[in-house]
Amino acid sequence: MRPPELFGLFAVPRRLTSVVLIILPFIAVIALYWIASDIRLADNPQDKLLPSFRQMGDAVWRMAFEPDVRTGTYLWWADTFASLRRLAIGLSLSAMTALFLGLNVGMFPGLRFLCLPFLTVVSIIPPLSILPILFITVGVDEVAKIVLIYIGTVFLMTRDMTLTTTAIPREQVTKALTLGASELGVVYRVIMPQVMPRLINALRLSLGAAWLFLIAAEAIVATEGLGYRIFLVRRYLSMDVILPYVAWITLLGFTIDWLLRMAVRRFYPWYARQGS
Amino acid sequence: MTMETSGYILRIDDVRQQYGQKVVLNDVHLSLKAGEFLSVVGPSGCGKSTLLRLVTGEEWPTAGRVMLNGQIIQRPGPDVGVVYQHYSLFPHLTALENIMAGERLRRWPQPIQGMLDLVSGEARRSRAEVQDEAMRFLDRARMSGHGDKYPHQLSGGQRQRVAIIQALMQHPKVLCMDEPFSALDPGTREDMQMFLLELYELLRMTVLFVTHDLEEAVYLGTRLVALSQFYTGEDGVQSGATLGAQIVTDRHLREIGVALAPGVKASAETGRLIQEIRREAFDPSYCQHVDTFTLHHKDSWHPEEDDET
Repeated sequence: MRPPELFGLFAVPRRLTSVVLIILPFIAVIALYWIASDIRLADNPQDKLLPSFRQMGDAVWRMAFEPDVRTGTYLWWADTFASLRRLAIGLSLSAMTALFLGLNVGMFPGLRFLCLPFLTVVSIIPPLSILPILFITVGVDEVAKIVLIYIGTVFLMTRDMTLTTTAIPREQVTKALTLGASELGVVYRVIMPQVMPRLINALRLSLGAAWLFLIAAEAIVATEGLGYRIFLVRRYLSMDVILPYVAWITLLGFTIDWLLRMAVRRFYPWYARQGS
Repeated sequence: MTMETSGYILRIDDVRQQYGQKVVLNDVHLSLKAGEFLSVVGPSGCGKSTLLRLVTGEEWPTAGRVMLNGQIIQRPGPDVGVVYQHYSLFPHLTALENIMAGERLRRWPQPIQGMLDLVSGEARRSRAEVQDEAMRFLDRARMSGHGDKYPHQLSGGQRQRVAIIQALMQHPKVLCMDEPFSALDPGTREDMQMFLLELYELLRMTVLFVTHDLEEAVYLGTRLVALSQFYTGEDGVQSGATLGAQIVTDRHLREIGVALAPGVKASAETGRLIQEIRREAFDPSYCQHVDTFTLHHKDSWHPEEDDET
């Protein structure tokens, strides 16, 4: 007797089935869009709401491979570069803060009392609500956007790092001390390497929030950037640009996530499956 | 600075340990000579592990002193080695790196250490020498092929072998072991006991071995101490858990440095001894009186010999 192929708690899909299952929703969405777009365009060739794939392809070509008439730059790549740069700076700053703060707060009880309640309260402030304050205090250029990404992600990551650090068995600390390590040695040479992969995972989880704050900030004020472009062309109902941009952002997000996952596997081979 | 301690390497002096209202240890006295293999047994929750944590320096006693070579133990340090049931190994290092971790952690990170060595001109044990010793140990543990594996790739027994070697590489004055074999299956466990005794005969290290398994304790130790919260206090009250555990049995099992052959495990005499200790320490209804504890070991502290420090 074989276990069921598809249904029930004990289903064991065969390889082919599982591949089909994975691809199915993607195909379904694309096909659905295709049909809907066809119907609308047959009705009114000027319709802008659901552009055909051809129209979107043209738009992408125009944005990515033809210099803009006004600025002379390739908008697609300029936008991508600007956004990724903000994302990278903001996220690496918050990752470094989270690592340093989380590690020390998690290890030193004195610091824990000083910082943890404060961090917990501050982390509840909705970052978007202080965006006006940022614009007023640091101006409307790059810094404000980076700081927004930073504030939007740093608290969650710090708390995650604190929890990860406190969850490391006490035995490891004693063990390291009995091997002759100093207190700082324990923190930075024994515990820190152990929480690094978790930091990367926290980074992966924070990517969604980082994109959210990036696009929100760009939508309000910017001169280039993926979010800026989307909100700019919205005025002309340019769905043929907006949709590829959204797909591109998704692809970028997915790629970054995948790269980080690979980095964990590559550099921290012990992390994936350590039980006891 | 070091006081003469009449041959005792470790002294636990009138130690009381208490968390809030809960007394865990009460009036614990224990002296250990270099080379002794002390097994500590007792019913669960009697404070065996607390005693061990006092020796490693993880905890400070509420009252009394724990001294290593005449100096009060302040915090965990390289003089006391430790092996736990779990988490003894660093999960992010391979077996060999784990064994050599002590050598690495005692120094500064390599570039800084290099400069320091250059300035001081001090000759240090070279990395190659340490690696040599590590490889010899690995060989002895029959694990030479496993040096590059991470702890999660090793079996429970292999992990504990590495943990023991890791601790011994530091040449600690006392090796503390907290239920090190308790999570292993019986076969592996017996292997590990043999391995430990082999090392003991070879290195004559001082061991404090905490276990809940009486048979294991009798088999391994040269001396056995039982902690128990089941005894009758000075005023005749039955203690239960209110008074805190004391040493109710202290027995000399064999000469220092001597290890038993596994066959002895099954002998009738061992069986009788185990039964006796079980009654003295583990039986809640059989409560010895404080004055009549079975302290047969010559280094045992007796109540009437108090106040001669």
